[in-house]
Amino acid sequence: MVGIKFYGAYIPRYRLNHNTIFFAVGFLGTFPAPGENAVANYDEDALTMAVAAGVDCLRGLKREAVDGLYLATTSQPYMVRQNSALVATALDLPPTIKTADFVGSTKAGTTALLSALDTVKAGTANSILVCASDCRLCKPGSPQESLYGDGAASLLVGDDDVIATFEGSYSVSYDFPDRWKATGEKFEHVWEDRFIRDSGYSRFIPEAISGLLKKYNLNIKDFAKIAYPGLYAREHGAIGKQLGAAPNQLQDTLLNAVGDTGSAASLMMLVAALEDAKPGDKILVASFGNGADALFFQVTEKIKNVGERRAVKKHLATKKELASYEKYLAFRNLAPMDLGMRGEITLRTPMSALFRTRKEVLALCGSRCKKCGTPQYPYQRICVNPDCGAVDQMAEYRFSDKKGVIFTYTGDNLAASIDPPSIYGLVDFDGGGRYWFDFTDCDLDSIKVGMPVEMTFRRRYVDEPSGVHGYAWKATPIRA
Amino acid sequence: MAEGIKDKVAIIGMGCTKFGELWDKSAEDLVVEAFKECIEDAGIDKKDINAAWFGVHFEEQSVGKGATSLSLTLKLPFIPVTRTENFCATGTEAFRGACYGVASGAYDIALAVGVEKLKDTGYGGLPGGPTLLGTKSALINPRLTAPGAFAMMATRYFAVYNLKPEEGKRMLAKVSVKSHYNGARNPRAHLRREVTEEQIINAPIIAWPLGLFDCCGVSDGAAAAIVTRADRAKKFRADPIFVKALQVALSSGEELMYTKWDGAHVETTYRAGILAYNEAGIKNPREEISMAEVHDCFSITEAVTMEDLQFSPRGRVKEDIESGRFNLHGAQPIQPDGGLKCFGHPIGASGLRMLYEMYKQLQGKAELPERQIKNPKLGLTHNLGGFPPMNIVSIAIVGL
Repeated sequence: MVGIKFYGAYIPRYRLNHNTIFFAVGFLGTFPAPGENAVANYDEDALTMAVAAGVDCLRGLKREAVDGLYLATTSQPYMVRQNSALVATALDLPPTIKTADFVGSTKAGTTALLSALDTVKAGTANSILVCASDCRLCKPGSPQESLYGDGAASLLVGDDDVIATFEGSYSVSYDFPDRWKATGEKFEHVWEDRFIRDSGYSRFIPEAISGLLKKYNLNIKDFAKIAYPGLYAREHGAIGKQLGAAPNQLQDTLLNAVGDTGSAASLMMLVAALEDAKPGDKILVASFGNGADALFFQVTEKIKNVGERRAVKKHLATKKELASYEKYLAFRNLAPMDLGMRGEITLRTPMSALFRTRKEVLALCGSRCKKCGTPQYPYQRICVNPDCGAVDQMAEYRFSDKKGVIFTYTGDNLAASIDPPSIYGLVDFDGGGRYWFDFTDCDLDSIKVGMPVEMTFRRRYVDEPSGVHGYAWKATPIRA
Repeated sequence: MAEGIKDKVAIIGMGCTKFGELWDKSAEDLVVEAFKECIEDAGIDKKDINAAWFGVHFEEQSVGKGATSLSLTLKLPFIPVTRTENFCATGTEAFRGACYGVASGAYDIALAVGVEKLKDTGYGGLPGGPTLLGTKSALINPRLTAPGAFAMMATRYFAVYNLKPEEGKRMLAKVSVKSHYNGARNPRAHLRREVTEEQIINAPIIAWPLGLFDCCGVSDGAAAAIVTRADRAKKFRADPIFVKALQVALSSGEELMYTKWDGAHVETTYRAGILAYNEAGIKNPREEISMAEVHDCFSITEAVTMEDLQFSPRGRVKEDIESGRFNLHGAQPIQPDGGLKCFGHPIGASGLRMLYEMYKQLQGKAELPERQIKNPKLGLTHNLGGFPPMNIVSIAIVGL
């Protein structure tokens, strides 16, 4: 049976309290609903979070077994240069896979999942990783700013040993102009909130779910959890009531803890539902955006064997409040920070060199000496172990999924950084290998020599003259 | 075993400009100044020079690539001039080239000039873009600065030798207090003010745990040397200074990529030191080396260099720092001229600037009597270019 084999999620470390936004820019709005949004660090974007969710989902799994990667996002950094191919490279998936970007609508997450399920069902792939991720840039003071949050979800779709079987779907599509962004524009436009709520949100979700129930002759009471985005708290409840669902059947929308994560929202809720699911549970998930998709799954016995995942729960539990709104603006480059002339020297990315070194740069692969067993980064042809020195006896070795400890570090106030001091250091990897890396998601006061760290894929620079977003792996204290 | 360079080459003339933020002087001006003093000191004519070596690191900030800027500036008459660049060992590499040139017999007299014009960048600290270490490094390395890279060695030193940050910072402060004391007495130095331990400890942090006074200055300057074969040296002057050792060691990659290095010392300094002592026939460097100018780009660098050069036992430099061993009139004066700390570090010039101080001290010609070290026999200079886990070290030993 086709279905979901594993799940993962990612929520960035920082939270921005609605009050912090309101007191900075809430001159027109009403007092905000209590809550906070997850906000990406300055070095994160939709791609880095997609990779992080993918890493969580693939924990302990053989990457070579994955033969497709579908990425859903409305905030992809590249219009041309396939974003999913970049994510697949960072995840060190083999090149013999299908990749596709699902973009342009917040329902892209469920559409990507549906397409992956269909692809596997059709037999053209055995195992597809679906990543949905959004990190949307909001105009300061806009209603979206306190509504949107950043996050990602990931699901591995396959046709054996599934934890939840795919039972059916129902979709509706409308050219619903609730929000739009033309090519080249920085921010979304939105139409009046009441129009979105009454003509879209409150109609399409019930339409898709009712359609699904009717198509498969189901009763809403059959579902353990019903997950659909919660853009409007009151209407979210009303939709459930209208469908005949009890309040405890409705999956928490994460709206007050994370915010509306766009194309990732429905899949993050699905992941959260799977975290609590037991065999036999039926789960219904629906999306919203230019229509809606509704999908339903039935949880199997295999759910007990998923193993350790950070998913939604553990990511929710580890967070740090971003103390100031100005810092958030700096993170988004909406308040351009003076990096000094030193910071203005940017790399014109040599793309041919980047492609040649993609395994090292984007997948954090080095080599391991077949003779002495020493892992080394970056890839070496001559073994670095002074007692070995073997020539061309290397096998590829992936460091991105290895943990390590801080060998040494500094907090550098001279290095240009959006969030000074710039923290970096040397990492000794468990199992061998040492290199220096930028550190992220940490504070100088809280790190120590010998502290365990893990690796995280981040945006390292934006080369504006070339239009290149440069990525690399950084070290970070182990999140959970 | 190679014969080595000991007593084959002599320095017969040297020159060194005042170092500083020399807004009114170009690299070419500095070259002319250092050269004028040097050739007058040697008492030779320009046409006697058979070949020249020219050290400059950040050529894009000043003189451009190649060595034509030296030949054009000094109007050298169609002789071979070679540009050297090897990080902070650049100046010493120019000197090494000149020494090997005359030692081989290929030339009778050779000139080494090092210069750097750093203060045309528009910002503090060393210039540097992401491609300083090459294309791949630019894609994978953290955006390191020199203070940050050396601060990591301080973090590590404190951890390995169990020093609380405040203990470690106080030890390092004493290093800078000493250098500022020396620099304040040297008219050629850039920074000429004494500072206190408290000022140093309370200064703004540049890269934790290093503060402002743990970092050397950034300045413009030039220095030059004229060398000849040892057997000809006395023809030019009564007090030539002889080259006893010239060694360079580069990282093999194991510090950065293998997990054996302890991060609290510089392996290349230790290795180059052993080679240099062998070459010079030195058995006990702590006793035999009268004085040294080492690469104190940061206070921590000087501290670990004392251990790497075997001036202090491993892990115990703190005792020697505290006892004043390395002070101007201590048992083994280090940075008698004020060091990089007070001269700043115009990369291409530094190695030759250090040699200039050793040369003058050995000749008993330190400008002010209070600066003169009593009866020095052997002086050592040391440069460390790059970062502690991957670097280039040069060592020169000169003596009577």
